[in-house]
Amino acid sequence: MSTTAIRPEERLAVAIARLVLDPAAPPVRHVAIGAASPIPAAACFLVRALGHPLRVSLQQRRTANPFTEGSRELFDLTGQGRIDLFFLGGGQIDGQANINLIGTGEWPGRAARFPGSFGSAFMYMMTPRTILFREEHSPRVLVPKVDIVSAPGVSPPGVFRRGTAQALVTGRCVFRFHPDRARFSLASLHPGESIESIRAETGFDFDIPADVPSTPEPTEQELALLRGPVREVMLEPYPEFCARVFDRKSAA
Amino acid sequence: MTPISLEAMAAQVPDGALVAMPPDYSLPSSALARALVRRGVRDLRLLGVPILGYSADLLIGAGCVAEVETSAVTLGEAGFAPRFTAAVRAGTLRLRDATCPAIHSMLQATEKGVPFMPLRGVIGSDILANRPDWKVVPNPFAPPGEEDPIVLLPALQPDIAIFHAAMADAEGNVWIGRRREIATAAHAARRSLVTVERVVEGNMLEDERLAPGVISALYVEAVAVAERGAWPCGLLDEYAPDGAHVAEYARLARTEEGFREYCARYVFGEARAAAAE
Repeated sequence: MSTTAIRPEERLAVAIARLVLDPAAPPVRHVAIGAASPIPAAACFLVRALGHPLRVSLQQRRTANPFTEGSRELFDLTGQGRIDLFFLGGGQIDGQANINLIGTGEWPGRAARFPGSFGSAFMYMMTPRTILFREEHSPRVLVPKVDIVSAPGVSPPGVFRRGTAQALVTGRCVFRFHPDRARFSLASLHPGESIESIRAETGFDFDIPADVPSTPEPTEQELALLRGPVREVMLEPYPEFCARVFDRKSAA
Repeated sequence: MTPISLEAMAAQVPDGALVAMPPDYSLPSSALARALVRRGVRDLRLLGVPILGYSADLLIGAGCVAEVETSAVTLGEAGFAPRFTAAVRAGTLRLRDATCPAIHSMLQATEKGVPFMPLRGVIGSDILANRPDWKVVPNPFAPPGEEDPIVLLPALQPDIAIFHAAMADAEGNVWIGRRREIATAAHAARRSLVTVERVVEGNMLEDERLAPGVISALYVEAVAVAERGAWPCGLLDEYAPDGAHVAEYARLARTEEGFREYCARYVFGEARAAAAE
């Protein structure tokens, strides 16, 4: 099995799983996954397959969907502090971890309109930690300042907020976020990347520690779990992803 | 309860109405949206509960919509909603951006008959800066000396909620299962127009297993039977989304000409039989 080349999606899922398990971050008992996030979902199912107790709730899916009060229940749970971790992306993400899901140019996205903010303006502020995830890592996406703020990266003192971004994971690297100074630092480089290549593809300024390691490769055990039990639970909710990444189609 | 025809139901939606609609994953009445395009309704104000998809893009593309209030418009796996995106670029659509829990809360305020609901978060988002109807006040229950600003959202009452339920019964109750945000929309709206897969005998409210998933006939103005009425979206555990068709729509609707071709075939033409209209 391990002779099969490691897919980029597998590498990203493992990188995210390690962030979920980071002992320095607030503990995660319950993670919610948005509708279009198969890689974060694979990461969370991997954490569970590694033996860590973790409740994984999928929105809008027929399996692993605990919500019986419709789509408002996710927000009610999050409002109470009963969702510990959420994933968000962005058409644009800037160096202060502001995210833009609305569009570019003048309000409301006259240059290029994105679908919209979804629940981000609430979730980002009410979840103890958020992992930002966007595969495309380019100056187009990672900008000095977002054109429109769907949800702010940090909030002034006095504004109720449970947490901020923990990290930003892209197809090229992992950045850590430091809310105290509202800046990212480069945490690890995926294969084939260098500090120079990251700098060239990143529109915002970020801190570079003395030692920037490579993103650790998935272990044999992690790959076996991803391609075994994780794939099994992913088949129903994410059939297209499983077919593409794990070369296996849903039986349905 | 006597079901009416789909076209008669479309005729009950007046021009300019504020219409609450669900997204593609939560009981959309795609059949009624197509019937509204056929009827040539104008100046609708669409409310996404809490986001919108195929039906809204179709109505926008057909020139039926003046305003959209929503947290997003998306075709899911098939990508951006092309006619919505084009209309925003052209500036032909009034757009009131919201965020999902805000829409739920505004409908819940109406459901409860109170003038507003508070919501955490949102402060610092440009959505708030573009919503003069949303207010920020100090939490009146905060400990002395603490500021604690919080957003207040006005109650929002749709004129009509439209959606597709799995079934209606002889009493005119409709069953939506666990999609309770649709019940909130129905409770908040002045009236609900509901398409269903089928009509069953009896009274679902007398069945304890079905009752929690029911919207009472109290809220339902009319029912029309539209088999596979959510298509090309899916319906609960009854049928899966037709991803290939949504992708075909997304591809055709990239251009005005392609959109007209789609409508000729699937809204006005022979192929509408695919949804038994």
